[in-house]
Amino acid sequence: MPEPFVKHTGTAVALLRDHIDTDQIIPSREMKTVSRKGLADGLFAGWRYAEPGGRHPNPDFALNAQKAHGASVLVTGKNFGCGSSREHAVWALAEYGFRAIIAESFNSIFHGNCLRNGILPITLDDQHALEGPTWTGGETVTIDLPTQTVAISCLPEWVGRFAIDDYPKRLLLEGLDPIGLTLQSSDLLDAFEARDREARPWVYADYSAAKAD
Amino acid sequence: MATYFDHLWAEHRIAAADSVYDLIAIDRVLLHERTGSVALSALAEKGYNVRDPSRAFAIMDHIVSFREGRGRDEARSPGGDAFITQTRAMAKAAGIHLIDTDDPAQGIVHVAAPEQGIALPGLTLVCPDSHTCSLGALGALAWGIGSSEAEHALATGCLRVKKPEQIRVQIDGALEEGVTAKDLTLYLISEYGASGGRRAAVEFCGTAVAALSIEERLTLCNMAAEFGAFTAIIKPDAKTLAYVRGRPFAPSELSALSSLTRIAQTCTDDRSRVIAVNASEVRPRITWGTSPEDAVPLDGNVPAHAEAKRLDYMGLSGGQAIKGLAIQGVFIGSCTNGRLSDLQAAASVLKGRRLAPGVRGVCVPGSWAVRREAEALGLDEIFRHAGFEWGAPGCAMCFYAGGETFPPGSRVVSSTNRNFEGRQGPGVRTHLASPAVVAASAVAGVIAAPSDLPSLSEVA
Ligand code: SF4
Repeated sequence: MPEPFVKHTGTAVALLRDHIDTDQIIPSREMKTVSRKGLADGLFAGWRYAEPGGRHPNPDFALNAQKAHGASVLVTGKNFGCGSSREHAVWALAEYGFRAIIAESFNSIFHGNCLRNGILPITLDDQHALEGPTWTGGETVTIDLPTQTVAISCLPEWVGRFAIDDYPKRLLLEGLDPIGLTLQSSDLLDAFEARDREARPWVYADYSAAKAD
Repeated sequence: MATYFDHLWAEHRIAAADSVYDLIAIDRVLLHERTGSVALSALAEKGYNVRDPSRAFAIMDHIVSFREGRGRDEARSPGGDAFITQTRAMAKAAGIHLIDTDDPAQGIVHVAAPEQGIALPGLTLVCPDSHTCSLGALGALAWGIGSSEAEHALATGCLRVKKPEQIRVQIDGALEEGVTAKDLTLYLISEYGASGGRRAAVEFCGTAVAALSIEERLTLCNMAAEFGAFTAIIKPDAKTLAYVRGRPFAPSELSALSSLTRIAQTCTDDRSRVIAVNASEVRPRITWGTSPEDAVPLDGNVPAHAEAKRLDYMGLSGGQAIKGLAIQGVFIGSCTNGRLSDLQAAASVLKGRRLAPGVRGVCVPGSWAVRREAEALGLDEIFRHAGFEWGAPGCAMCFYAGGETFPPGSRVVSSTNRNFEGRQGPGVRTHLASPAVVAASAVAGVIAAPSDLPSLSEVA
């Protein structure tokens, strides 16, 4: 289970672009095994390294700046995580050390994947407040999940607020196992299925003999 | 009054999970070797069983080689065979249906699922793949999820989901000759943006949608992923019923599906959010940049003030005409445009013509069923004669997983759905278009419309 998320203080790095897709977050060629592990090196590989497949850092990429060393909060534009549903994108971010992403908006599958892996996806009520500061990397960000607030070192006095539904909040705060949680309602699941088998028998037809053509 | 989406949601709602989340019953879980493999292995590690293996399917499509005569475990990328062998072993151990690399039913999951009757109107269906929304074309409530959610669906038969907002995309009027479902979807995404779908359930309504074939509807719904929607859906109608009849995993008796179709037709189309499109205004489109929203009319120009990063990657300058750009490769295939009608559209342009010198052409049918039908019609001969590689079904060059592809910096016109940086290989510059435009460009050696090609009699 992912590490619970309650309060986090860490270094921010900004990738201020819209529509950063999961092919950029983790190129498919970096997903080498049937595993959730070993993906951090491939994070943003196409931008982070000087040549495809290589490991020489591209000095112009924000994550490679000295000040961004050890960054754990990513600040970015709209529709972050669009494209392929690969959860590897979130596994790579988590393994690299990211705990939160502050974006103008998220792709829906990516958003769900974050919640399942202990990464807090945040869209601030006043996201435009972030347009003011010039992100030089290395800003300190403090995120408090119980009070749903964010503080940033380059914006003294300012407190950002964000919304989150109860279920994802619990998932993160408690590091819950969603499958175990749902299986606690097995009675409900069984009762529904029994009713549904009557109502829609065709859905449950026995296809063991069906041979795909 | 309920929309068709509301109807399916209510029918599958087991209970409220809390004030905003519902437990939604999942009728079918589909997996592929790229992301499904991780879900199956994680589930096994945690010691959970698959609740109902008879309603779960694993299909090999992403990593499989598209080489004619490929071996059973042959992958496109070095080491990719592990995804194939492990998925096979885990699918067998879990007792779920397996459509293996050498199965006559194999193909891209979103192409094979409708063909095999695995996707049907009224079903809830999930797959750890973003283009699962394609299956909404059949009136199924289908959406893409991550691997962890796939584990949840396999273990519990349900998902905890928040009901999304709904958008009606009303498309009336008639598409002009030569304008396709692909152009329609590129139009929508470029006009309303790559996040214009607002994570909503998008229902396509209107006379232009009713007029589309099921294959065209699959293309339209496919790119709801690029529109940033939760999913897409089209109400089932007589065409849908005719399509599913007799498919291997479809019920032999269709009365339940016909009554669902009747219910669907009485559902309201009303929603607070509506996007209206006049189909007759849509022109063939092509993308110039690195987001699917970067689409312009084929005879248009790159926007004058386009983002420098996108222009640099694509090797273009603002204001430049799209037509006439020299290309080095074309690809026809994928879950967007890898079905029979797509191959027919491309073949009708390629017939009697050849690839321009210096252009590599690859055509990979979306499934063995598509390939067999195409061969029965002699389309393979047309592609081969034109100088195309004719591949074994799978995702093939739609995405890059390592191994051999188009060279860095090459310009490729592709019938796929994503033009992201590196999507088809490091440095590859992808332009998305319809199969006919891909074929015309292949012959011209530059981005071109079919009508730009000299007529065959002139050539002869
Ligand atoms: S054809 Fe391309 S977009 Fe479709 S499922 Fe395969 S990789 Fe994904």
